[in-house]
Amino acid sequence: MSSSTPSSVNYEPTRRGVPVSAAPLLELQNLSTHYVSAQGTRVVRAVDDVSLRIRAGETLGIVGESGSGKSTLALTILRILPPAARIVSGKMLLDGENILEKSDAEMRHIRGKRIAMILQDPMASLNPLFTIGDQVGEPIRVHDGASRATAWSRAKELLKAVRIPSPETRVTQYPHEMSGGMRQRIVGAIGISCEPRLLIADEPTTSLDLTIQAQYLKLLRDLQQQHHLALIFITHNLGIVAKMCDQLAVMYAGRVVESGPVSQIFNSPAHPYTEALLNSIPRMTDNAHRLTAIEGQPPDLAALPPGCAFAPRCPRAFDRCREAGPPEFRPSPGRTARCWLTAGSAAA
Amino acid sequence: MSTQAEIIVAPPRVRRRATFFRLGDFPLIPALILLGIGFVAVFANLLAPHNPEVGSLVARFKPPFWQTGGTTKYLLGTDQLGRDVLSRLIFGARISMVVGLTAVMFAGVLGTVLGIVSGYLGGWVDQIVMRLTDTWLALPALTFAIFLAAIVGPSMWNIVLILGITYWTRYARVIRGEVLSLKEREFVRLAIVAGCSKRAIMLRHILPNVINTAIVLGTLELGVVIIAEASLSFLGVGVPPPQPAWGLMLSDGKQGLMVGYWWLTVFPGCCIMLMVLSANLLGDWLRVKLDPQLRQL
Repeated sequence: MSSSTPSSVNYEPTRRGVPVSAAPLLELQNLSTHYVSAQGTRVVRAVDDVSLRIRAGETLGIVGESGSGKSTLALTILRILPPAARIVSGKMLLDGENILEKSDAEMRHIRGKRIAMILQDPMASLNPLFTIGDQVGEPIRVHDGASRATAWSRAKELLKAVRIPSPETRVTQYPHEMSGGMRQRIVGAIGISCEPRLLIADEPTTSLDLTIQAQYLKLLRDLQQQHHLALIFITHNLGIVAKMCDQLAVMYAGRVVESGPVSQIFNSPAHPYTEALLNSIPRMTDNAHRLTAIEGQPPDLAALPPGCAFAPRCPRAFDRCREAGPPEFRPSPGRTARCWLTAGSAAA
Repeated sequence: MSTQAEIIVAPPRVRRRATFFRLGDFPLIPALILLGIGFVAVFANLLAPHNPEVGSLVARFKPPFWQTGGTTKYLLGTDQLGRDVLSRLIFGARISMVVGLTAVMFAGVLGTVLGIVSGYLGGWVDQIVMRLTDTWLALPALTFAIFLAAIVGPSMWNIVLILGITYWTRYARVIRGEVLSLKEREFVRLAIVAGCSKRAIMLRHILPNVINTAIVLGTLELGVVIIAEASLSFLGVGVPPPQPAWGLMLSDGKQGLMVGYWWLTVFPGCCIMLMVLSANLLGDWLRVKLDPQLRQL
């Protein structure tokens, strides 16, 4: 199971040749977010013991099935969780500062300014009652106290940056006068308006058709290179991950079951779940008539099995898997895997 | 085709401004009626031919001028105290306008603020405001208003206050419902993600999105409030006599209805009906016009 490419230990420069700084921009250490029911009797471990790091200029893809905790992880990073959710343990270091210790007011200055996010449905992310100029300029006014005029002229520049034709007239228009692809790019412009260090994109292309998807992904990549952004890309589309990301984290039942450089994981997945995910991508060359699916259902996060959460569905599970959950092993430097199969080849 | 060109090339801003007051669908007649009532209310002093509060007892129950026994001196006849019905209607417009508009505004501001706060903050704030609204709604509005009027005593400004306090619940309920759906919308989440404070979100993102509803509700409430004011006056706890409120005129004229003095009730009744209907029609038009998405249709 261990990887055969030890040469890319520090995995830099990234595959796309973007320079990456050495110190992590954001480091999550053993982060856990649980949803607690009103009576406190049911605890859903939506994010469980997640450790990840991302550096400026790098793209981290987070993949997993629906309900695997991807979006909760994104909300946890921004600390905009619904009231029922609690961050129960762990640390979130942004440039070395633990942002879990920040007050709500301090957090507001981080949101939009240092960490920005593009939401799942960018089509609905614009307020129908305000002009594009007002909305693109809003973060600048909120964070930098810019005047309306300054914000508007900055909005025009941003629209130009996301390749919207004739930004002068577009700033005066309303969202309903734009096409879907344009609205998407405008949401992208809002995301980068305060020049954040980290941009989280939570399935930003699911509502778009394929040609616009490709355009938008290219735009995101260009923006990332220009602004030296760290990008967290949440998706369930492994094809997009292969195109966009340097690093990959695979989530299952709230845990990161495998992480590491994309090319290494695609070539030699360490975790059976990752392997199954990769095998489930339909290929043109396949002769099989049936699509490959992973047997079984993801577990109930409120009643996880005693051992590895994937064990009931895992074709290679053995006794130990059902007894104890595996810790995070390092099959090779820069990679992690939560699987007993990798225990032999790596130290915990 | 020119219409097609308009769709493809987004029309410039100036042009859209111009179409805002396109006359085709503008409810001209209701607007004129309301404007007329407003005009009459403002210039009541100049327009009224007689003093509305003082009559001459020799000229009691004069019919309108076109009926036998009527004179052009009293165009719409006189009441049981010989006061000119027309002059009383003219001054009554002033009371109805002032009471109606200010009470609706007072109720609207109170209800909208409570509705937004309750809907957006949720939790115990929501519980308190909504239980308060439930309690309020459980009381019959008019009875409650009579009760309040009995406490604070009848005067025009007390009526405004009473009607405001009585009718804010509808705004709170409707606005809260709207806010509940709005706050789950992506653009509100985007504002949270962009680092806006709760106050900023409520003011900048929620309020503009519910203000249309509040205005439309206001125009509908205007009718309710005017009728409530008239009812209170009719019941004798509203605007105190001899001030000429339309409701009071109805009340005073109701005995006369049986013996053929129809002009005492029909004219103020028509005034109330016209004003309420106009307000509603105008409100309906406003609802469409204030929505940038519907505006283009």
